[in-house]
Amino acid sequence: MSGLWEMVTDPFMQRALVAALLVGLSAPVVGTYLVQKRLALLGDGIGHVALTGVALGWLVGAAMGLVPDDVLAIPGAVVAAVAGSVLIEVVRRRGRTSGDLALAILFYGGIAGGVLLIGLAGGSSGSLMAYLFGSISSVTLSDVWVTVVLCGLILLVGLGLRAALFSVSHDEEFAISSGLPVWFLNMAVAVLAALTVTVAMRVVGLLLVSALMIVPVAIGQLVTRSFRRTMLVASIVGVTVCVTGLSITYWHNVSPGALIVVLAIAVYAVVAALHPLLARRRPPADPHPDIPDDVAVSATAGRGAAQEECTP
Amino acid sequence: MTTLATDSPSGAATPPADATPAIEARDVHVRLGASPVLRGVDLTVRRGEVVALLGANGSGKSTLVRTLVGVLPASAGDVRLFGHPLGNGVPWGRVGYVPQRVSAAAGVPSTAAEVVSSGLLHGRRLTLPRGWRSRVRDALDLVGLADRARYATHQLSGGQQQRVLIARALVRDPELLVLDEPVAGVDRPSQEAFAATMTRLVADGMTVLVVLHELGELAPLVQRCVVLRHGRVVHDGAPPTPRQEHGDDAHEHVHPHEHSRTLQRAEDLRLADGPFETRPESTEDEVAP
Repeated sequence: MSGLWEMVTDPFMQRALVAALLVGLSAPVVGTYLVQKRLALLGDGIGHVALTGVALGWLVGAAMGLVPDDVLAIPGAVVAAVAGSVLIEVVRRRGRTSGDLALAILFYGGIAGGVLLIGLAGGSSGSLMAYLFGSISSVTLSDVWVTVVLCGLILLVGLGLRAALFSVSHDEEFAISSGLPVWFLNMAVAVLAALTVTVAMRVVGLLLVSALMIVPVAIGQLVTRSFRRTMLVASIVGVTVCVTGLSITYWHNVSPGALIVVLAIAVYAVVAALHPLLARRRPPADPHPDIPDDVAVSATAGRGAAQEECTP
Repeated sequence: MTTLATDSPSGAATPPADATPAIEARDVHVRLGASPVLRGVDLTVRRGEVVALLGANGSGKSTLVRTLVGVLPASAGDVRLFGHPLGNGVPWGRVGYVPQRVSAAAGVPSTAAEVVSSGLLHGRRLTLPRGWRSRVRDALDLVGLADRARYATHQLSGGQQQRVLIARALVRDPELLVLDEPVAGVDRPSQEAFAATMTRLVADGMTVLVVLHELGELAPLVQRCVVLRHGRVVHDGAPPTPRQEHGDDAHEHVHPHEHSRTLQRAEDLRLADGPFETRPESTEDEVAP
């Protein structure tokens, strides 16, 4: 108990916990739209591109002689992630067949460019690992403020425009036929995904960002049948695994990002395993009781005979 | 852009409300990739009319209605809804579109009520209006699914899913309803519920453009048929007579949405060479709801 108090009063942990809580809350909100649009891997792509942004920010910071030379890393990541997500959205709209390939090239280019540029900027492999797999223990006060502002923006747009974003994610063609600004709404989702990637970068790292957006949604959709509840459950799961995972690393020296993702997947596995047991509780009744039978089958006839006795 | 001379002066100050057709398409050409799908289609649907769009698979029916509601861009021609060229000027709240049902389950479950509520958003309205819950309930009630509001759409039967899409179009109280094969592969009770709903809506003055493979349950409502073949209008007038063996009442059209069957169905409409066999012009008997 006293250990828990120590953790909560530790200023390092306080900052880290605030960041983890906000990211755990907002990443699944954006993730729900991505899963609905069948763009579950978009976050991965943006994460790869954001690495180049981090490296560019670093390079510029080093060239300008700024004091911590990675002070521009996060602004660089924001710019690159937003540019990358807009580019991906444009590619997606232009042609559906070549889009896949174009995205793949963008992913690889992003990560290769990032690794090259960080090397040029004088970064070590340790600093590279911090961006790839998270470095939540080194969150500064200004990082926390950036996280608060960006997560606030994500939640404001993601929840405020929920009906419109649902419409365009659920059935884009119907949204167009309703005269909705579909281009703007698609861009909004892409930019939200980009911002989520940059705020989640500190918590779980660029390579695992997408997991925080997608795995809680996968859990949510197992246990609910509505979009709203899927989003709610996903956010609750997101906050729980982020805060729990981070707290465990206060006592055990493991990578917080990896632990958070492993926890989320473990929750998914448990829920998926229990799901059929819960579903079996319902009485075994006719699944469509209100739909009349379309062919008359005599009750006494066996399977083979029944086929012949269908009324024409 | 080709604009042919029409009765109403285009571009002039708003003509009297009832004079403007709900749909006015002039010389519409649409290409999908390299192949031309529509080649100069003219179509006018006046207020209060019920028009069926018929034709074989691949004749361009779906392409036409998707172009009319702005989903597909026309490579040439002019489409106006309520007198406004397609775009931001169209009063989208007066148009309800029912697409062909896509059976693939979406990534995230969504309830019937959630899907229907997205029909309340149109034009620049990006948030749900006040009292949306009761409007959604009323729309689901209209298609006989009030008790299914909280079901996930993937738990519903195909016919029920189709009715959810119809409720989504109806929830905004449209004046024009555009439906793309609303009864294809739909179970019998849903077809009957659909026909009953349409009868009520048409009696209240709804304008309808509906893509069909056969008139079926809607035959009494349909006032005019437009038949497409190879991307052109080959018939525009009274419903054509189906071939005898398929047209009698005893012949039940219960068929899945299959290529072989639908190709055969196109043959049912006797349009091949000679003049069209049209029914006598006594539309009054056929319109009676």
